[in-house]
Amino acid sequence: MLEYFFTEEQQMMIDTAREIGEKKIIPVRAQYDEEQAFPHDVFKAIADADLTGVYIPDEYGGCAGDTGIMNMCLVTEELSKYCGGISLSFAGTALGTLPILISGDDEQKKRWLPRIASGTLAAFGITEPDAGSDAASMRPTAVRDGDDYIINGTKLFISNGGEADIYSIFAMTDKAKGARGCSCFVLEKGMDGFTFGKKEDKMGIRASCTRELIFQDLRVPAANRLGREGTGFMTAMKTFDNSRPGVGSQALGIAQGALDLAVDYARQRKQFGRPIIANQGLQWMLADMAMQVEAARALVYATARWIDAGAKRPTGASAMSKCFASDVAMKVTIDAIQVFGGVGYTKEYPIEKYARDAKITQIYEGTNQIQRDEIALALIKEAARK
Amino acid sequence: MSENALIINAEKCVGCQACIKVCPFGALSMQGSLAVVNDACTFCGSCPDSCKFGAITLHKEEKTAATDLSAYKGVWVFGEQIDGVIQGVVHELIGEGRILADTLGVPLTVLVLGHDMDAAVKELLEYPVDEVIQVDDPALQHYASEPYAQVVADLIDKKKPEIFLAGATAIGRSFLARVAVLVHTGLTADCTGLDITPERLLLQTRPAFGGNIMASILCANNRPQMATVRHKVMKAAEKDGGRNGSVVKMNADGKLLRSRTKRLDWLPEITDTVNLVDADIIVSGGRGMQKPENFVLIEKLAKLLGAAVGSSRAAVDAGWMPYSHQVGQTGKTVQPKLYIACGISGAVQHLVGMSSADTIIAINKDKDAPIFSVATYGVVGDLFEVIPAMIRELGGEA
Amino acid sequence: MNIVVCIKQVPDTTDVRIDPVTNTLVRQGVESIINPFDAYAIEEGVRIKERLGSGKVIIVTMGPPQAEKALREAISLGADEAVLLCSRAFAGGDTWATSLTLSQAMKKLNPDVVLAGKQAIDGDTAQVGPGISCHLDWPQACYVSKIREIEKGRAVVECLMETGKEVLEVELPAVLTVVKEINEPRLPSLKGKMRAKKAEITVWNEADIEADPEKVGLKGSPTAVNRTFSPPRRSGGEIIQAETNSEAGKILVGKIKELQIG
Repeated sequence: MLEYFFTEEQQMMIDTAREIGEKKIIPVRAQYDEEQAFPHDVFKAIADADLTGVYIPDEYGGCAGDTGIMNMCLVTEELSKYCGGISLSFAGTALGTLPILISGDDEQKKRWLPRIASGTLAAFGITEPDAGSDAASMRPTAVRDGDDYIINGTKLFISNGGEADIYSIFAMTDKAKGARGCSCFVLEKGMDGFTFGKKEDKMGIRASCTRELIFQDLRVPAANRLGREGTGFMTAMKTFDNSRPGVGSQALGIAQGALDLAVDYARQRKQFGRPIIANQGLQWMLADMAMQVEAARALVYATARWIDAGAKRPTGASAMSKCFASDVAMKVTIDAIQVFGGVGYTKEYPIEKYARDAKITQIYEGTNQIQRDEIALALIKEAARK
Repeated sequence: MSENALIINAEKCVGCQACIKVCPFGALSMQGSLAVVNDACTFCGSCPDSCKFGAITLHKEEKTAATDLSAYKGVWVFGEQIDGVIQGVVHELIGEGRILADTLGVPLTVLVLGHDMDAAVKELLEYPVDEVIQVDDPALQHYASEPYAQVVADLIDKKKPEIFLAGATAIGRSFLARVAVLVHTGLTADCTGLDITPERLLLQTRPAFGGNIMASILCANNRPQMATVRHKVMKAAEKDGGRNGSVVKMNADGKLLRSRTKRLDWLPEITDTVNLVDADIIVSGGRGMQKPENFVLIEKLAKLLGAAVGSSRAAVDAGWMPYSHQVGQTGKTVQPKLYIACGISGAVQHLVGMSSADTIIAINKDKDAPIFSVATYGVVGDLFEVIPAMIRELGGEA
Repeated sequence: MNIVVCIKQVPDTTDVRIDPVTNTLVRQGVESIINPFDAYAIEEGVRIKERLGSGKVIIVTMGPPQAEKALREAISLGADEAVLLCSRAFAGGDTWATSLTLSQAMKKLNPDVVLAGKQAIDGDTAQVGPGISCHLDWPQACYVSKIREIEKGRAVVECLMETGKEVLEVELPAVLTVVKEINEPRLPSLKGKMRAKKAEITVWNEADIEADPEKVGLKGSPTAVNRTFSPPRRSGGEIIQAETNSEAGKILVGKIKELQIG
């Protein structure tokens, strides 16, 4: 409804993603959801259309320009309108790439970014069995051995796990230092000692693959460490600052997709001799849904644009965009099922899947409770600076 | 006036836009309160009739024929053969060609290109034809675009038929366009109706825009008037003892047989189902079948009825059925005695492929589905209950 | 290898509706698209170029200035250059005149092979491809469902006929018309779209391609549209009324038996 003044390139990105959504995602989304299979063919279409490079700088084979995060959000949103699970192949790769963009040196960027821009899947590994939101208490260790590190431990619930070729993972190089003893490493699938555990059977985003990563005496060259030793936690936090609007855009796309379906259905479905959308009760419900979606969009876009402009402390805004948009997605998708009535509760229509997919956006990359902590912390810090 | 022109009289035009609605080429638009014409106009003559105020006049260029048209006489039809077997469409061409020839009072000739086909050619004389021309050469045994076009063009130059018809088949469509270029005449594709005008011209009617409009076409100043004719539209001729006709055997000049394509192999299509185009009954499934496994129901019903299995584009695009089963604009045109549409909504593109069936049965749960507007019998209901009931009623196990 | 792909811009007939009151074609708001069959030809041209690792794909269309949109879209799908044959003199041509016009452009472009869709969805004639080929005195292969081999001067293709596939060796240059089985066209890429936006479209008129103005367009057309009309509409029949779906099924079988087919 609102005009957001996209650049011509951004409009092309949106149009390209829409075409993939209509032609490649709609026909297969129910099947991928049912079979819980990974959508390699759709991701290839996304890569063939050059969308995998929208957040990667031009000098490394992408076309980010100076709006990389906004581009990432726009493509994630558009793909998520069609399937919030399939879109995660794209968004999860972006999350795995961000540590390289943030803390990698030129050499490292040349090594991995062109491959990702041209369609190699990436993943981000921080969560552990005993370190979910409390990322600073992680267990895996990376012990220096000559020019290498030896990594041992596991990571849990890793999106694109087992399917991706490039992984940004976090391990303790010095346990005694706590958060300051954490370092970030880039791993590649096929390295000796790098294996995958069980694939999770999930409620939603079933077209995405969530696996355990297992490191057993995994030898990694020091050249794969991003940034100095001990900067891993900083890298992770900066990554979340950049990626949370991305989760927000995924939630936004899911919400918009559900709203569009609900409006269409309400116009077609007839009861008592007229379309159900003629009922004011339903109109107001749809109006509330639309209002929330638009507010979420404005917040996500504003945050993404601020980050692209070089924001110094976007943590609070990033948390808001993720938290608000995902709460909206949950509410809007549940309301959309209500608009559909009985059939909305069946798998014959895609709408119930939107609600199942929406739920994860309130949980991952920090639960919405953690987001509120971050927002409050930003408030306190800001007040203290005055 | 020597040029084609469409003239809109500004004083008579009231800006009612009636002409804009009838223009099939989008060549008319409004400029202020006046209709104006643009380059897309083909001077087809649709709009002058639509104008209640006589504001539109069409001047057609008086073309003069380059050659003496009266030298061209007789109706020829192309006797397409595959592996020495005269194709079904040829009998339809004979049926239609006979009517045209009788109207004009001229003979009907069948032209057969092939090798070692004496028996099949002789059998053609049992149909209402006056003459069969048989060009026999090993090089013509199998269809090849260049020799076929060159031999036919050469015969046309020598014998000058006024009308030449072929089936709108893969063969007919691909070599007749070459013949038309070689003899410099018009060719109308895929005709569904042919007629003779009072001026003794062949009026060729064909669907365009995916069957959304019909166009009738004339070839006034060139001969022969050539058309390919859609299979399964014209009534086939029956054997009626013939016309005491004769077979004229001809040889082809070696230089006409030049070919720059070589047939390396032939891969016949292996199907265990009845050929869709030739089937008397077709049972078709669409998006309403919901998943590929459910086509078993369609197949069971088809088997009990001795029918072929068809499908809508939606089911093909979803990967439930192979493309060879697709009925409609981008698939096959069928004209069975009975067409049963199951879970097919009936988009215009599907309807053009099947709406000339004698009887149409539609089963769909949406009572507003367009398929019901063409159906002889319709059932508004769940096909997963209706079809099994039909299968049981026919003695099968659902 | 230089590959020319001939395309046509057509109204999207899947959007075409019949006005229920006047029973005429509603063209307003109907989008113009690349003829779907030509999209397969573009894809095949790009794949041949990619496979051979050299050469270029040139798109040619004859049409009004607005056809430039279709040419740019073709570039976004991987083509290198585009030529628009545009002139008042070309307007209203039938398949004879149109194939002559396109063949004159081929003489100027001198390609190694010409690809086109089997037919356009508005005219549905399938005559322009063979027509171009014959005007140039080239061989042809129609309804190509697979290009097995292709090199300068020679190709081996499979042609889809009603009862099977014919495997043909064709001398090049030739015109090959393709069917939808041949490939699955890619979607336009971002970089392709950006390239398409900046691409220079070459525009040629009858003088540029040395075409005789008497032989192109409406003037050069042996056939003329006499009139157009709406197809007769079939009217709906009887809706079977039954208590249950099973009952309706039984009634249908009764109706089928009444038809006494076969």
